[in-house]
Amino acid sequence: MAFSGKMDLRCLSEDYYSPDVLSDDDAMLDSREVGGAPMASFPLPAVDDIDTFTSEVTNLVKPNHGTTTLGFIFEGGVIIAVDSRASMGPYISSQTVKKVIEINPFLLGTMAGGAADCQFWQRNLGVQCRLFELKHKRRITVGAASKLLANTLFSYRGMGLSMGTMVAGWDPDGPALYYVDSDAQRIKGKRFSVGSGSLFAYGVLDTGYKWDMSVEEACELGRRAIYHATFRDAYSGGTVSVYHVTENGWRKVSGDDVGDLHYHYYPEGNPTTQVVDPLDV
Amino acid sequence: MSYNGGAVIAMTGKECVAIACDLRLGIQNQTIATDYRKVFRVHDKLFVGLSGLATDMQTLSQRFAFRHNLYKLREERNMKPTTFANLVSHMLYERRFGPYYAEPVIAGLDENNQPYITGMDLIGAMAPASDFVVAGSSSESLFGVCESFWKPDMDAETLFETLGQCILTGVNRDCLAGWGAAIYIITPTGITAKTLKGRQD
Repeated sequence: MAFSGKMDLRCLSEDYYSPDVLSDDDAMLDSREVGGAPMASFPLPAVDDIDTFTSEVTNLVKPNHGTTTLGFIFEGGVIIAVDSRASMGPYISSQTVKKVIEINPFLLGTMAGGAADCQFWQRNLGVQCRLFELKHKRRITVGAASKLLANTLFSYRGMGLSMGTMVAGWDPDGPALYYVDSDAQRIKGKRFSVGSGSLFAYGVLDTGYKWDMSVEEACELGRRAIYHATFRDAYSGGTVSVYHVTENGWRKVSGDDVGDLHYHYYPEGNPTTQVVDPLDV
Repeated sequence: MSYNGGAVIAMTGKECVAIACDLRLGIQNQTIATDYRKVFRVHDKLFVGLSGLATDMQTLSQRFAFRHNLYKLREERNMKPTTFANLVSHMLYERRFGPYYAEPVIAGLDENNQPYITGMDLIGAMAPASDFVVAGSSSESLFGVCESFWKPDMDAETLFETLGQCILTGVNRDCLAGWGAAIYIITPTGITAKTLKGRQD
């Protein structure tokens, strides 16, 4: 991202903005100016049909296609839980990927789809959120932050970006969770799961979810849902990381290796395995 | 070959031979079973491992058993590993233009208790080896570990340790294989079968 010439710092002076309280929708007005990378800073390929070309090319170079991430709201805040596997086809390229992106001390983003796309645009969202803070002298709401991201993604629609992300945080009126993807879809909700293992995770999450859970119960539910997804989904695995968001910001609760977690949950062996005579073949 | 997933390795030692498989059966990304064995016994000194499409693996293992039973009735003896390998090769090439989607790995001891292993592609091109043979959705990873750990003239105990490490380490880089492994050590005096615990993701 190249800024030409001197950076415009007038926004930092006291009298530059009226300190009116803005609604979520105000985020829509200026996402392209406030830190949003101008489109011209990405050189475009010299082909006739950019849409087809870019989506074909990104499919070749995109790692991290399989994933399980989940997030849910309950009485005690927001829980975010993710796996840590990155794969290229059937090959496991890493078991230690960080799929929770810490946008700022009060905002978390999750990563599914293209790793580079998620990392870059959520970092970019962090910049936009910080500039919002400087401009309006208050923290950005989760609704506004997710809308900044959705607006950015809308401007790149059809150009081959691949992201399925959740934005989680704490608003003045309580916990908030949004799902935002590269089609620029933006949904507010209580429970989401994203990625190839999301259906497996939903199965556990929907069964165990209650609004008035304790924090420990909620963390355990997130952990169990991701663990079961790593067990059933070939493209999810590695470790299970659990984050908890409260009015004081986010906190990483745990990070457990799935190899250990399985034998912690099932010390007697695999519940789906029948014991047979190995020589009976 | 990556619809159901799976991994098979055969390895030679000194007057012993071993064959191992992972335990996963999946349908693309969805894991269906974690106790699915891909190694079949032909007789006490001859095993065949199959990787590929599960339905063809089952058909083939049943046809192998059928053909070996007929051979025993006619000849009143067990097949030699080389004979069996040629039979398998022929059975696969018979379907040259509509092949079984399965890659066999054959491991056995011959009449002098010398190890014999061979791999094959899905239309029966034999690739006999003196060290190890791999097959499955993670064959590149399996090759890597086998290449590093295999030594000539291992005894049965060392062969088990080596093969165990190779299959578990190899499938840890493959999404579609793993969830534990089964190992069969064939010696002149008998077979040892062991099930290994592995990562369950």
